[in-house]
Amino acid sequence: MATEAQNASAAPVDAAHATTDRNFFQERSGIKSWLVTLDHKRIGLMYLVAVVLSFLVGGLFALLIRIELLSAGRTIMDADTYNRVFTLHGAVMVFLFIIPSIPAALGNFLLPIVLGAKDVAFPRLNLASFYLYVVGAVLALASMIIGSVDTGWTFYTPYSSNTDVGSKNAVIWMTGAVFVLGFSSILTGVNFITTIHKMRAPGQDWKRLPLFVWATYATSVIQVLATPVLAITLLLLIMERGFGLGIFDPRLGGDPVLFQHFFWFYSHPAVYIMILPGMGIVSEIIATFSRREIFGYMFVAMSSVAIALLGFLVWGHHMFTSGQSEYSTMVFSALTFLVAIPSGVKVLNWVATLYKGQITLSAPMLYALGFIVLFSIGGLTGLFLGTLSVDIYLHDTYFVVAHFHYVMVGGTVCAFFGGLHYWWPKMTGKLYDERLAKVAFWIFFIGFNVTFLSQFVLGSRGAPRRSWDYLPQFEELHRFSSVGAFIIGIGILLMVIVFVRSLVSGAKAPPNPWGSAALEWQTTSPPPVENFASTPVITRGPYDYHLATEGELYAGFPEDFEPSKKA
Amino acid sequence: MDHIPDIFGQLPKQASTLAASVDWLYQFIFWACVIMFVVIIGAMLFFVAKYRAKPGEKPLAPGPKHTTLELAWTFAPLILLGALFHWGFQSYVFSAVAPATSIEFRVRAKKWNWEFEYPSGSREGGVLVVPVHQPVKLIMSSEDVLHSFFVPAFRVKRDVVPGMYSTVWFEATELGEYDVFCAEYCGTSHSSMFAKVRVVTAAQYREFVLNMDRPPAGKTKAQWGAELFTANSCSACHHVVAGEAGGVGPNLFGVIGSEQPLEGGGTVHADLAYVRESVLRPQAKIVRGFTTAQMSTFTLSDSRIEAIYAYLETLR
Repeated sequence: MATEAQNASAAPVDAAHATTDRNFFQERSGIKSWLVTLDHKRIGLMYLVAVVLSFLVGGLFALLIRIELLSAGRTIMDADTYNRVFTLHGAVMVFLFIIPSIPAALGNFLLPIVLGAKDVAFPRLNLASFYLYVVGAVLALASMIIGSVDTGWTFYTPYSSNTDVGSKNAVIWMTGAVFVLGFSSILTGVNFITTIHKMRAPGQDWKRLPLFVWATYATSVIQVLATPVLAITLLLLIMERGFGLGIFDPRLGGDPVLFQHFFWFYSHPAVYIMILPGMGIVSEIIATFSRREIFGYMFVAMSSVAIALLGFLVWGHHMFTSGQSEYSTMVFSALTFLVAIPSGVKVLNWVATLYKGQITLSAPMLYALGFIVLFSIGGLTGLFLGTLSVDIYLHDTYFVVAHFHYVMVGGTVCAFFGGLHYWWPKMTGKLYDERLAKVAFWIFFIGFNVTFLSQFVLGSRGAPRRSWDYLPQFEELHRFSSVGAFIIGIGILLMVIVFVRSLVSGAKAPPNPWGSAALEWQTTSPPPVENFASTPVITRGPYDYHLATEGELYAGFPEDFEPSKKA
Repeated sequence: MDHIPDIFGQLPKQASTLAASVDWLYQFIFWACVIMFVVIIGAMLFFVAKYRAKPGEKPLAPGPKHTTLELAWTFAPLILLGALFHWGFQSYVFSAVAPATSIEFRVRAKKWNWEFEYPSGSREGGVLVVPVHQPVKLIMSSEDVLHSFFVPAFRVKRDVVPGMYSTVWFEATELGEYDVFCAEYCGTSHSSMFAKVRVVTAAQYREFVLNMDRPPAGKTKAQWGAELFTANSCSACHHVVAGEAGGVGPNLFGVIGSEQPLEGGGTVHADLAYVRESVLRPQAKIVRGFTTAQMSTFTLSDSRIEAIYAYLETLR
């Protein structure tokens, strides 16, 4: 039995070549074949295009913010316009880009493949989730067109209950958009949980799951449990605005602090919806480019679950100055420090994996190492904000802005880019110019630190966030930060060029260009419609390099490894 | 380790009894983070430099399990985290409980200014004058949306929430003027919702409070009234030059002593009582044709209203 299984697991690449030459792109063609597809890979790619577009729009808003803040007073826009721009930057980046980015785009493409499955458990639900996303995006766009919101992405009441800057209805449209996007997120979560439980290939037991799957699993649990609270909260806000139902507005008998409790009950766990999948990607990349299993696999896997659970218990740390009771504040501070533990466990295990590894500094690896550096800064500066009296001082200053950008951009976006570089050959079947991709990484990395290190100092010197205007003492650092934002922009532009060139004229990618032992690299690039020619039987973990055959780790084309197989 | 120098100039000047403990904790965390960062990232860079893949190398067999090491670095950080929680909570409790000897001020926040009410009942917008070395407690309320009272030099911040009172206290230790920001986004002019806290000696404070409802030295009542007219932004809506039209509110030139036609019929004689009512309860009597915008309520002391009346009397 054991030998049979070994052979089976070594077989997929060859078998795929033997039975079909057509990958999932070639199987069907035409626009309709995409719009009504149930193939998780196609849905993943449509998501990818959608979230990348959202990212570019959100990035454009970021650049507008940084241009306005080049100098004190008015630079290019008035205060009302600025308030709308920073709101849109946050809302687009959070709800349209970062939450769906890794799970819905890369996760959708990869999850079934790395489990050895043919598709997700509910392919129709998967397509429905994509179209809900599109509806959400259209509603958000409608809100922008009819005048746009100026509430901040947090929609704090009673400002959001009453503001009519721009348009009376824009807030309803935008919160409606987020409401719909929430359902898209829930459907993805339900689908992934079921898929991970029920669709694993024979032999793919829980201890052999790639860490990306563990991270996705933890993420999905949060999506399913937390998102409904956001949906209800926004629905209540819509009722208050539309029908004068008094929930949050004190003039109608409501409580504005209640909104903050509801909002952060979702939005703090949502921070982990954003970062956990990124951590999963980093684990994959580090294992592949150190050619060994992740140090402390079970600790890393369980730390994802621990983060997901603890993440539900710390929302009050967004509200230390809000007027919640001193006792709640005390408890939330204590619980907040506990989240530092699983995050620290991950970082230490990644670094330990490098020890005596066989390290290759490829472009994806640079992003993974960049993630460790930037996420460490983001995580460590969280210690300032968990500490009560220091948080009281730093709350709602640029320090907080810098902190969460280090986690969300330095962390999640960096990991997303890393994952994109890592799985690009698998998804598109094309190689890209690695040298240029590395240059793009360095530009992004340097630009990022220039932009946000200066914002830590702005914050620690007392500059409040969400300010269109600022006092003269803050001008120098704001300029510095703005210059950094443009360096980031250049880096990302270069990255886009690298990928476009790869699509247009990239060389054909072999099945396993990185020489990885993980399962997704054991099928063709791009994979066939049902991912593998026959259902693989899993006999080893994704990081068991010592158990993998030379053929499985071969980085070239299979026909070159065994010339006899040539057609 | 009573004091950790701020060698990178990260924090502004300290001016309250709370600031030193917050700053100490800030600097402690900063250096703890620097050490952890250097160790972790240093190790990472060292491993990356040292353990490069060599062509043709066989993959490694997995090493032994390191459960002890894992458990050690899982639980050891609890010591640091526990200490940070403890110290942070300690100075938070200090900042949350105002001493019984505090003098109390009322603070009213509205889009987009701060109004301070002194223990005497007098009110002043934009500047809060407080005595040095004296605990000061602010009882704050908001007329519209969330605001947040933030004085970087004192290291204090507290949201001002409509529908409830929130409090903040500080004891200033240095004379001078300090910035007050609104730290919670509140709309169009959020970023210019500034005020100042002026810290003065106890004697100067007594002097200030005694005289705050009298014309400043060397000024007549009418001159003071003219200043108040601008300081309270009356001039934003009311023109004062003969014949100038188009203001949000009525032109006030030559109004005093005249009969004003009212919305809904009838007239009113514009005397001191009418001016007083129009400031304190602006919707009571509305001059015909001025219903588009509602004037907000201004709570001014009688002597200030009299000064404004004296100023309006000069407009003829």
